[in-house]
Amino acid sequence: MLSDHLPPFLAVVPLLGALLAPLLGAVRPRLVHPLAVAAGAATAGLSLLALREVLARGVIRYHLGGWAPPWGIELVLDPLSAFTAVAVSGVGALALLYAGPAAAGREGREAPFFGLALLLLAGLMGMIVAGDLFNLFVFLEVASIAGYALVATGGGRALVAAFRYLILGTVGASLYLLGVGHLYLMTGSLNMADLAQRVPELASPRVLAVAVGFVVIGLGIKMGLFPLHGWLPDAYTHAPPAVAALIAPITTKAAAYALARILFSVLGGAEGLGRAPLLTVLAWAGGVAIVAGGVMAIRQTDLRRLLAYSSVSQMGYIALGIGLANPAALAGAFLHILNHAMMKGCLFFAAGAAAARLGGPALTDLRGMHRRMPWTTACVVVAALSMIGVPPAGGFFSKWYLLVGAVQGGQPVLAGVILAGGLLAVVYMFRVLEHACLVPRDEDEHAGSDPALERREAPPGMLVPLLALGVGILAVGIWNAPIVSGVLGFTAR
Amino acid sequence: MTEILAYAGARYNYWVYIALMLVGFYTMIAHRNLLKKVIGMNVFQTAIILFFLSTSAKLGGTLPIVPSQVTKDGVAAAGLMNPLPHALMLTAIVVMVATLGVALALLVRIFRRYRTFDEDVILDRL
Repeated sequence: MLSDHLPPFLAVVPLLGALLAPLLGAVRPRLVHPLAVAAGAATAGLSLLALREVLARGVIRYHLGGWAPPWGIELVLDPLSAFTAVAVSGVGALALLYAGPAAAGREGREAPFFGLALLLLAGLMGMIVAGDLFNLFVFLEVASIAGYALVATGGGRALVAAFRYLILGTVGASLYLLGVGHLYLMTGSLNMADLAQRVPELASPRVLAVAVGFVVIGLGIKMGLFPLHGWLPDAYTHAPPAVAALIAPITTKAAAYALARILFSVLGGAEGLGRAPLLTVLAWAGGVAIVAGGVMAIRQTDLRRLLAYSSVSQMGYIALGIGLANPAALAGAFLHILNHAMMKGCLFFAAGAAAARLGGPALTDLRGMHRRMPWTTACVVVAALSMIGVPPAGGFFSKWYLLVGAVQGGQPVLAGVILAGGLLAVVYMFRVLEHACLVPRDEDEHAGSDPALERREAPPGMLVPLLALGVGILAVGIWNAPIVSGVLGFTAR
Repeated sequence: MTEILAYAGARYNYWVYIALMLVGFYTMIAHRNLLKKVIGMNVFQTAIILFFLSTSAKLGGTLPIVPSQVTKDGVAAAGLMNPLPHALMLTAIVVMVATLGVALALLVRIFRRYRTFDEDVILDRL
């Protein structure tokens, strides 16, 4: 049956696409984009199918080559991993669709670009289905190396940004590997389910704390957790629009998922880590990230840089939810993985379309956007409402669950930080909306209502994924209850 | 005091990897030359590989190649090195080589554009 073999297919389909893209590019460069979109859509479709199967039949465990764990390699799909797979592959597939017009005019560059993009997607999907810590490392590096190369395709400043990303990312992956090494030495196992059995029996909590510390710092770098976010603003700002639209929404999310997976499935969450203050530190780091990222975002004059610092702030919400470690906060964190992937994807899609149509990435270039690109502006407004946390946009509900979690966890200060983060988002997103909707463009004041100026909407290939995400943000908001109770398994009390 | 020294000395492989890791880390932070940063990164990664490999060694242990007839009576695992860290590090080395390749490719393009590896000069010209 197909459903038993779903876990490897989630990673193999985009990987196959990544191999075929350069081959096809040598013969028919025009077909590379359709191939990439097909591979991305197939991955997203399989993820949806996997989510349905997992919800209907329970956890799917796949033993590669028939070798049983803990000796063999295991791939696991449970509701959380299937949910994250849907979020990552769905937004990833839309980003691949969006990348077609964005990459146009770069003759001969399609094949390497889409090859790398699919390789990135394959790495992220592999991270999500991996059932052991070492394969997680390998897939993390597959995704990261593809990410470094993709950022570097911007040339010029992007090269320096990609270099910094590479150095910091490699340090992060190496520290993660070191932590995994400590866990292996203590338990003799790498399989997550097997480790979960062995970790509680460990004699030395001190070595465990060191191991977990390395893993958290390593993955913290990869997910852009403040103050380990040094690579993130430059990489998102200087990467080409199509790359930023692909990398910004999904790469940090897979790392955040891996962190939650290791802390809760392997180390037993709040009970298992009870002796170490690690989760508290993570929650407060998330709180600091929310404020620091928000304050930095307010100061930016470049839209892409503003969005990058907003990502630092929003990843703080996810870290805060993981650190609070109660059901409501975790439901909020996972819902925010989906919500932030969609709203940041939406905003980076719009930023790329606006840069192509209105001439630049600065906030002042957005002036008059609502007259020229009404649909794009509408999507920006929806994503901004989600970022701020206004119902019925999805962002409201993830922040609501986080707030409930903070109150239930007895952390009134962190609850205040969650609200303050929303206020900071009001300020920085309003700066975007102010320029896009309220301040007229200089030439508009002279030209009056010249119809030639009126419409310069993004091409359909960009507008369709943009609108899909805009509608998706609202849909997730409206149907948040079935997602949270049915998929994430959180029952409100 | 001597007990502590004996304890620390018995695990000298850890000290070697910690020292190498810090050398790599310091090189990455302190040097303004991008090429030297890459060298530091490589030393950092190699230290971790060395850490894994050193843990697989056993006193008097030999290669974990087991003749088939021995397996019927069970294997004397104490006399064999642990093969798993070697297998893991083979993959990690591949990852490391790929990272190094991308880093060097980036450096070639950075040098073509800025004509230097000096980070301060490059940041000035941005």
